Amino acid sequence: MNTQNQSNTRLLLPEFEYVKPKTKTEALQLLDQYRDKDTRILAGGTDLITKMKTGALSASRLIHVRDIKELSGARQIDSALHIGAVTTLADLERLPEVKSVYSALYEALRSMAAPAVRNMATIGGNLCNGSPAADTAPALMVLGTVCTLSSLTGERRMKLSEFFVAPGRTALLPGEMLTELAVEGVRPGSGSCFLKIGRVSADIAKVNIAVYLERDGDRITDCRLAAGSVGPTPLLLDSVASLLKGSRISQQMLSEAGRMVEDAISPITDARSTQEYRKAISCILAEEAIKAAWVRSGGEVPR
Amino acid sequence: MEHVIHLTVNGTPISGRVRSDRRLVDFLREDLELTGTKEGCGEGECGACTILMNGVAVNSCLVLAVEADGSEILTVEGLARGGELDPLQKEFAEKGAVQCGYCTPGMLMSAKALLSRHPSPTEEQVREAIAGNLCRCTGYKKIVEAILAAGGRGRA
Repeated sequence: MNTQNQSNTRLLLPEFEYVKPKTKTEALQLLDQYRDKDTRILAGGTDLITKMKTGALSASRLIHVRDIKELSGARQIDSALHIGAVTTLADLERLPEVKSVYSALYEALRSMAAPAVRNMATIGGNLCNGSPAADTAPALMVLGTVCTLSSLTGERRMKLSEFFVAPGRTALLPGEMLTELAVEGVRPGSGSCFLKIGRVSADIAKVNIAVYLERDGDRITDCRLAAGSVGPTPLLLDSVASLLKGSRISQQMLSEAGRMVEDAISPITDARSTQEYRKAISCILAEEAIKAAWVRSGGEVPR
Repeated sequence: MEHVIHLTVNGTPISGRVRSDRRLVDFLREDLELTGTKEGCGEGECGACTILMNGVAVNSCLVLAVEADGSEILTVEGLARGGELDPLQKEFAEKGAVQCGYCTPGMLMSAKALLSRHPSPTEEQVREAIAGNLCRCTGYKKIVEAILAAGGRGRA
């Protein structure tokens, strides 16, 4: 890769073929037809176009899917919120149920980029980039999200935590497209929270953390934690969640959970932060996120 | 690969031929000679190229011209109507919200998108709406005041 190109001095993109299917089926047919070629899906384009310009990524064909209506918008089916993969971050943020029910997701969306970018960027695009720093990933993971991967031959579903394979790599196979996310309903007496540290506001995360917990009296009965930008993929922190499950909340318990986070993550030093800082701040962020989710569940501030 | 696109720009129906790799900002500036829209960073960080596409603010450096097929575009040139400046433009001039001017078209378009959704926004809403528009002269205070005034919330 030519590092000079990464400084974004090129005005033009390399030329490519552009196709715009009208329906999901048509999009899947094109994906199937071009599966062995250098084909990418174009949704919001806020990451893809930039990467193509700088030369970080090349494509000889783009399949534009953002305007496919059946892949956009959200609807409640039974207790789950089903979100179409090309729903924009701005549209999602404005859904009343996202703000009132899914606090962690709402906070993740609010922390991302500037309004003009959120107007274009899609939830599916944020996940399919496979970035370890994707803000919606930890939030959706702790809220118990199942994603639907569609191809011409059918659909398969998996937990979002299993969707991320490696930096920039997801479980999507050639000919497959992420089409929907189903976010579980939250229980009464639950709370969630997303926290992030960036260099400036609306920045890519140095560290992001999400927590969902259920409360009975002064005990945590169920709990999920996830963190981003501290490993090769967004990570579900199961060891920390097991410690908290069934526990009485206390400041001591929170500190212990924070210490466990440090062992559960494997951050690196890169342009945005150092390994040491990421480890140190992750513990604090986790404590604060658990505390905030606990208070939102109706619990008293732990001493 | 060339595409024929049909769109509405500042109220006028336009047709054009574009290559797939043509960006909307280049189509507007070079093909339509609407040079009010500026390019700063070219990667969605600075907001100088902000325009309205179907009523929402987008960075025209991150949109392909071919993606704009069938859309309604509003650029800074379309704000004034019949020789009369938009209230936002008047307030920018009156409050001295313009220094070098390079960020101004993008600031105006982000503000326009805000006022069409919230006609009388709070200062917090104004600040969020222009969060993606950088002013390297750092004249943010006057810009915020001008937008608040255009929304009828300015200080007398």
